[in-house]
Amino acid sequence: MGETILIEGNAAVALALKQINPDVVAAYPITPATEVVQEFSEYVANGKVDTEFVAVESEHSAMSACIGAAAAGGRVMTATSAQGLALMWECMYLAASLRYPIVMALANRALSGNINIHCDHGDGMGCRDSGWIQIYCENTQEIYDNTIQAVRIGEHLGVRLPVLVCYDGFVISHAVEVVDVLDDSEVRDFVGPYTALNSLLNIDNPISVGPLDLQDYYFEHKRNHAEAYKAVPDVVEDVADAFAKLCGRHYGALDEYRMDDAEAAIVLLGSTAGTVKDVVDSLRNQGRKVGVLRIRMFRPFPAEPLVKALSHVKAVGVMDRHAALGTYGAPLFADVRSALYGRCSMPVLDYMYGLGGREISMAEIRGVYDELEQVVKSGATETRIQYLGVRE
Amino acid sequence: MAVTLKQLSEKQDLLSGGHRLCAGCGASIAARQVLLAADSPLVVSNATGCLEVATTIFPYTAWRVPWIHSLFENAAATISGVEAMYQSLKRQGKYDKKVKFVAFGGDGGTYDIGIQALSGALERGHDFLYVCYDNQAYMNTGIQRSSATPLSAATTTTPAGSTRSGKLQQRKDLTQICAAHGIPYAGQVTIARWRDLVTMAHKAIELDGPAFLCVLAPCPRGWRYDTDATIDIARLAMDTCVWPTYEVVNGDVKILYKPKEKKPIQDWMKPQGRFAHLFRPGNEHLIVAAQADIDRKWEQLLKLEEMANAPASAEA
Repeated sequence: MGETILIEGNAAVALALKQINPDVVAAYPITPATEVVQEFSEYVANGKVDTEFVAVESEHSAMSACIGAAAAGGRVMTATSAQGLALMWECMYLAASLRYPIVMALANRALSGNINIHCDHGDGMGCRDSGWIQIYCENTQEIYDNTIQAVRIGEHLGVRLPVLVCYDGFVISHAVEVVDVLDDSEVRDFVGPYTALNSLLNIDNPISVGPLDLQDYYFEHKRNHAEAYKAVPDVVEDVADAFAKLCGRHYGALDEYRMDDAEAAIVLLGSTAGTVKDVVDSLRNQGRKVGVLRIRMFRPFPAEPLVKALSHVKAVGVMDRHAALGTYGAPLFADVRSALYGRCSMPVLDYMYGLGGREISMAEIRGVYDELEQVVKSGATETRIQYLGVRE
Repeated sequence: MAVTLKQLSEKQDLLSGGHRLCAGCGASIAARQVLLAADSPLVVSNATGCLEVATTIFPYTAWRVPWIHSLFENAAATISGVEAMYQSLKRQGKYDKKVKFVAFGGDGGTYDIGIQALSGALERGHDFLYVCYDNQAYMNTGIQRSSATPLSAATTTTPAGSTRSGKLQQRKDLTQICAAHGIPYAGQVTIARWRDLVTMAHKAIELDGPAFLCVLAPCPRGWRYDTDATIDIARLAMDTCVWPTYEVVNGDVKILYKPKEKKPIQDWMKPQGRFAHLFRPGNEHLIVAAQADIDRKWEQLLKLEEMANAPASAEA
């Protein structure tokens, strides 16, 4: 059995990578994900992995090399943040459409305009339609666990899709936490050997990858991709069960906290959930019926379980760590409200918070619950979409 | 031993007929000759461009080798990933065949949008040959200028107008740029010199490490000439020294074709509609300037070859 160690979020990714021992890692440094590449390079330099590490000249080439490597029939991983992900953007659609189960760690960071190195979810949100599976982590333990599970989820033969393991930049990428880690052999057994499908290196059976796909087939291929997404929720649950059997830690698509009789609920992604859970505990001590629903699997969006989890709630506050300018509410709000529409009639409010690494306080989160309870009481919502923690 | 046409005719074409490239297209000739040159099995990556779109319209493919295309600017990065996986699997004992790797890109995908990925892959030392089929403009999108377009050539974004006479800038010398990476092999050739092309490609593919080959591949549509003149036009590029055939092996330049009598640049320009405006009265100076440019570059190349041939102990 493994051990309990003190480790930083990025180092936990690097450790998971070392234990998974992918065939190829192609990556480029960027704050706050840099340590993943850096720490992993130590493993490479000291012969701890079999991985061919390709230190590319840009993130565009990182994802391009990952695609090439995956097409050559092996396990491929990488890591990035913000601008790096933005530069990969067009490649990400290819990785997903070609159905290569590349696993990428994303230390979430605000996108430039203006440059900022701290956390928000603008990077992950930018590629939410690219066809990748997106998993958001709450803490360092989950970064480690999700990275390992992502391999099995993405490589499942009914899925074969790339997976983005998202974790809040600096907030947990650089937070040193106590983490239970597995033995190398446990991880290797858990992820198992890689199953290559249609490898370019199968020279006796040459295939053409990435052909021109016009009006007569493109639509069907997108439709097939959408079908592959449908298999993901069950696979995520199965992998979670298998992982729990190994170490006792279980994660589903949703993380429901004190939701059973909750009347006011916050829905959100990522590390802020930990703070919200603390607020919920203190409000529950005052007898208030509040809960939090953290979405772990953001893509494919778990609409059905979400509706089920929220159906009894009287007011929902969605906290979006992203401002989708010019839209009606940010992406998580749009997804949550769309899932609930026609099924449940409670008011749903959007709170955009924490952009560019802006800290969020427990008092502000309490304020959200106060407002949600007020809405329940009065039955009226004045503003559905607002900012939290910004100077007006 | 020199390669013969008979030998080549006995090999299977790895780019089959039936693709949708234009009649007289230089790119397909370049690709076929490169594929025929290899002894080892090949895996190919392809940048977006004429060669890619016309050979793999789903559900058809003209490629008899494993082939991958993903985007425009990343053929070098993609093949570097393929090669990295090959090295990894071989080292781990999971794969035991000997395979070589080739990337194809047009000049737009290579000189311009793909130069970063190409430079990175060359610097990292992957074992691959990058072949640029150079038709001197963005032909797939409809003949727009690239940094490979020569001075004064008319394209749809550098038209010959009343105040501007085609492209105002000279072309970039990509062969020298690639050679400057210190790679084992860089060279340039035209499709008219099939024996040189096949010999050079063979050498470049079979050696260990990165190699680059720039193949002048005339385009009847973009250069405005009849489709049966492709090889003649390519030959004129050599005989006018517009496109010298040479290789740079571990830094040393060797010119593989020197015309007995260097033809004037008009001979190369005259049959091509993209230079037609240069022959209008008042534009004579543009031809003079183009000739001077070509002369200067040819002299430089001769000097580089001389340096390579100079005895190493010349100073002593």
